Amino acid sequence: MTVSLVLVIVMAALIACGVYLLLERSLTRVVLGFLLIGNGVNLLILIMGGPAGLAPIFEEGLDPSAYNDPLPQALILTAIVITFAVSAFLLALIYRSWRLANADDVSDDADDVALREGALTMPIEEVSPDEGDTDFPAEVTGEAPR
Amino acid sequence: MAALVSLVVLVPLLAAALTLVLGRRARPQRVVAALALVIVLGMSVALLVGVDAGGAVVVEAGDWPAPYGIVLVVDRLSALMLVVSSLVLLAVLVFSIGQGLADGDDETPVSIYYPTYLILTTGVMVAFVAGDLFNLYVGFEILLVASYVLITLGGTQARIRAGVTYVIVSLLSSVLFLASIGMVYGALGTVNLAQVAERVQDLPVDVQILLHVMLLVAFGIKAAVFPLSFWLPDSYPSAPAPVTAAFAGLLTKIGVYAIIRVETVIFPSPELNPALMVLALLTMVVGALGAVAQADIKRILSFTLVSHIGYMILGVALGTVAGTAAAIYYIVHHIVVQTTLFLAAGLVEREAGSTSITRIGGLLASAPLVAVLFFIPALSLGGIPPFSGFIGKLGLFQATAAQGDALAYVLIGAGALVSLLTLYALVRVWNLAFWRPAADVEGDETRLLRAVEEAPDDEGARSETRTTPRLMTLSTAGMVVVGLALTVFAGPLYAVADRAAQNLDGSAVYIELVLPGATEGEGAR
Repeated sequence: MTVSLVLVIVMAALIACGVYLLLERSLTRVVLGFLLIGNGVNLLILIMGGPAGLAPIFEEGLDPSAYNDPLPQALILTAIVITFAVSAFLLALIYRSWRLANADDVSDDADDVALREGALTMPIEEVSPDEGDTDFPAEVTGEAPR
Repeated sequence: MAALVSLVVLVPLLAAALTLVLGRRARPQRVVAALALVIVLGMSVALLVGVDAGGAVVVEAGDWPAPYGIVLVVDRLSALMLVVSSLVLLAVLVFSIGQGLADGDDETPVSIYYPTYLILTTGVMVAFVAGDLFNLYVGFEILLVASYVLITLGGTQARIRAGVTYVIVSLLSSVLFLASIGMVYGALGTVNLAQVAERVQDLPVDVQILLHVMLLVAFGIKAAVFPLSFWLPDSYPSAPAPVTAAFAGLLTKIGVYAIIRVETVIFPSPELNPALMVLALLTMVVGALGAVAQADIKRILSFTLVSHIGYMILGVALGTVAGTAAAIYYIVHHIVVQTTLFLAAGLVEREAGSTSITRIGGLLASAPLVAVLFFIPALSLGGIPPFSGFIGKLGLFQATAAQGDALAYVLIGAGALVSLLTLYALVRVWNLAFWRPAADVEGDETRLLRAVEEAPDDEGARSETRTTPRLMTLSTAGMVVVGLALTVFAGPLYAVADRAAQNLDGSAVYIELVLPGATEGEGAR
């Protein structure tokens, strides 16, 4: 299978930039990264369809290998529509996040942060069998910062 | 039979359109949604009975012959998954109807809930009946886009934060899946599962492994296999209770289902099985340790969810009929039990006003029914005999022991240990949230007490805080009964799982099914 080297380079560049942007904390950059990767992958499918050829409309006496492979293009069309819808949703999500928190970044889970900083003191279950009325140790604060 | 395969997808989709049109009228919306899911459940049961008796059904959409057109395939595994998932989706829908009625949200603009939920159902159904990789991708996308909407429902700050993580991780897995489809097409010139399975053996081994790993990574993110699992406990707990229950029960299992298809139909060769077994081990252990460290019921359950994915991956990684059969039974058990537990957690949230076990207590006295509804699935998940979790784990351990090498015995030991850790985490919930007297909770913030404090004489306020709609309890109780039925009817169910696994022993059966006459095998269905 012969493929266009230019297309391969473009695809690699798109995906590489996309991955770089996806690793950022800023949501806007994440969306841009997702768009780049999505387009890179669409190019990948196009490349996998083989070299360019005639439009796949049957003509008498033509060698089948002269036609372009239509299936990857159908797949790409579907993928483009999906990417389009999802990026619209992502933009709405980011806008909402901005309106609510005035923040354009992926924030940490509050519970994770609490756990990491040891603020989530857990009640310890020390119930001795003969101690009917359970008393919990005094260090139980039970208060998790929200 | 053939019509049912299409209808199982079309009915929820049409119902979604109908509920969208009925957007402002809550009651007809609920009726349509519930009715659609009842119909889907009925058709799925009919499909399972038919497929189990008369062999798998293949539908060629638009009468285009198999490798060229879109094929929908329902074999025993698909049919079983269809039944379990439609059952769970129906129960969760009833639960959310109950919740919605109680909250009196007839006036709120959240009329998108039912259409989105039905579209999620459509996606799940498409994924299970898909006969080619690209259709599987489309199915995944349908259910994922619906899940993006559901997980951010209401758009509060916590949900948006959790939703962002979930959406980005899911998008990454979708892009990886799409890239692997592109590569599969480049290498084999087809995306039809049967044809892929037929041609893949002729590829050089390194290309095979590349495609195999690409697909496994894409599905591994969806199934939350370690080390691709950390998004799950981060994003699931903040969604509304019924949404979390449906997601926890179903979405990860669809990833596992896809992994089963990849491992049995496309790449039955055992090269990556030891690696998968190690991943299963790590998934189990890391998930269980995470569960022990948490203080919120929903987060504990999310971590046990991750850890139990490990059991299913273990069954698949064995690459034997017994292993696959055990994994299939375990998926069925886990879908039901995990959903039930999340629904019970929803009830706890309603009764106590919180799911943090440091803040609630005394639920056994104040809500004994909820306590029972939590306790039974908790024991089942922890693998206490005679519940279905025990049967599933026993089957898995037997299949693992049959392999007999050191790694297998390490995995059995880890599996037993993880089951104890799960039990420990759940018993902690039980001790603190249910058994501990409410008076012992320091800084008591339960809703009931607060209401009593604010208005000690107001009998109305007290009773109002305590009402849990009967529908919510009813659907949870129904799921508990289904969980018990999995135990009582474990024999026939395990037999179905075993027959499903025999169909998946290598790719020959599947290829013969979709492309008759392509192989020289006798094509036993």
